[in-house]
Amino acid sequence: MKLLLAPSLVVIAVFAAALTALLRYSVVEFVPGSLKTGGLTADNFRAVLARQYLGAVWDTLLLSAATTLCTLVASYPVAYALARTRSSRVRSALLVLTLAPFFSGAIVRTYAWVLVLGNTVVTWPVPLLFTERGVLIGLVHFSMPTMILLLAAALSHIDPVYERAASSLGATPARVFWRVTLPLSMPGVVSGCVLVFAWTLSAFATPELLGGGKVKMIANVVRDLALDSFNWPGGAAFAVVALAVTLSILAAAGRLTSGRAP
Amino acid sequence: MIPRLWVLGLVSFMTLPTLVVIGVSFNPTAILSFPPAGLSLRWYANVITYPQFQRAAVNSLLVTAAATALAMPIGTAAALALARGRLRLRSTWATILLSPLVVPGVAAGLGFLILAASLGLLRSRVVLVMAHAALVLPFVVRSVWVSVESLDPALERAAASLGATPWRVFRRVTLPLLRPGLLTALLFAVIVSLNEFVVSLFISNRVTEILPVAMFTYVVNYTDPTIAALSTLFIASTFVAVWIADRFLGLGGVFLHHR
Repeated sequence: MKLLLAPSLVVIAVFAAALTALLRYSVVEFVPGSLKTGGLTADNFRAVLARQYLGAVWDTLLLSAATTLCTLVASYPVAYALARTRSSRVRSALLVLTLAPFFSGAIVRTYAWVLVLGNTVVTWPVPLLFTERGVLIGLVHFSMPTMILLLAAALSHIDPVYERAASSLGATPARVFWRVTLPLSMPGVVSGCVLVFAWTLSAFATPELLGGGKVKMIANVVRDLALDSFNWPGGAAFAVVALAVTLSILAAAGRLTSGRAP
Repeated sequence: MIPRLWVLGLVSFMTLPTLVVIGVSFNPTAILSFPPAGLSLRWYANVITYPQFQRAAVNSLLVTAAATALAMPIGTAAALALARGRLRLRSTWATILLSPLVVPGVAAGLGFLILAASLGLLRSRVVLVMAHAALVLPFVVRSVWVSVESLDPALERAAASLGATPWRVFRRVTLPLLRPGLLTALLFAVIVSLNEFVVSLFISNRVTEILPVAMFTYVVNYTDPTIAALSTLFIASTFVAVWIADRFLGLGGVFLHHR
């Protein structure tokens, strides 16, 4: 049985080799105009905190937090409907409509927003394309399917008897939601928020196309450094920071949810 | 309890961009207007005849086919080992195998680029195939694992006690029972690989690039509805795939718990 794992470990080893190459480049000196690198240095990581790039780091954190919050609020009603509907037709329709964008790729989904935000349908009262507002809308739309699925999974585990009991004892619908439904769905809320926040931290296609070069998140800085300036060590340092933050958030949340599980 | 109107509004927010793309793709002129100013298949013709898209489509098919052909048997074997093997550290193995899912695309992409450069493989599709295989492997392992867990071992024992060799049990009992899980895995692997963008952007050039990368380059350089037409083709095929999957495999069962 153990032998069956061996081929998959080869694939993972190649993946690990790529990440090792990234780590190695993040600590070597960039020689401008050349792909050859110099000796060991911490300069690449110092550059992450340089004034030139600090804006991108700050924007990334702000946009990720805002995206997580908006996605949670927008996804909860849909997830609730998905988990509670008795009609299998409605459930299928909701599943297909929420899953279809999940399955169409980043470029297709982002291009759609280029059209909508770019005054194709209506002329927006405030400019949206190539602004942070527009990027936020795109990121929320991008994150909703994941959030909806995780919330719906958590909500479908809650026995509706609890909600009925609360309302038969005289609780208003709002009170039932705040005191019964929401607390019981917390595992789904936490895992959804963590995943959306971690993914948004390394979002690339949405800020690249909807930001039009005016909104830069960490991943866009990595691309600019690595593919435009051929500064692989500089890009590698940024990518390592994104990787480290993502992994530590997920690890912390893993501990959080496992401590909560019944 | 939650007003239906709210749900309807939110679902339209999710669906609206798709409808706009489909509408814009039928415009007769290069002006992006919605609703379309007329009905024309001009941009679809442009998609099919644009040489870079033809080349990228071939690359997409090659890379996805190769990555899926690698990941399906490898992932299935791993899922069987995880579900059936008496492994110490089972959850550690699972975490390792699923880890490509949580690595940011730019980190994996730049990592593979540096690796490819140091191995002198910058012009080859090999790195692209390996990267895609690693990225779809978690989806294969997950889908097949769920399927193996729900398989009753008594059926396999019955076949074995009636004299079937282990290989015959696997071929005639295990594999057929795993078919829904394997089909789900295949669907995920193909869709994820066909849509992969960030990692591929780093490790491909004009000759080896796959469709999403070619689309990105086109969007940055031109503003006619060609990408709307190509997007519509992508959306239509994924929509049909997801609908068929829900119809025959019951996607609801994969994601939701039914009492």
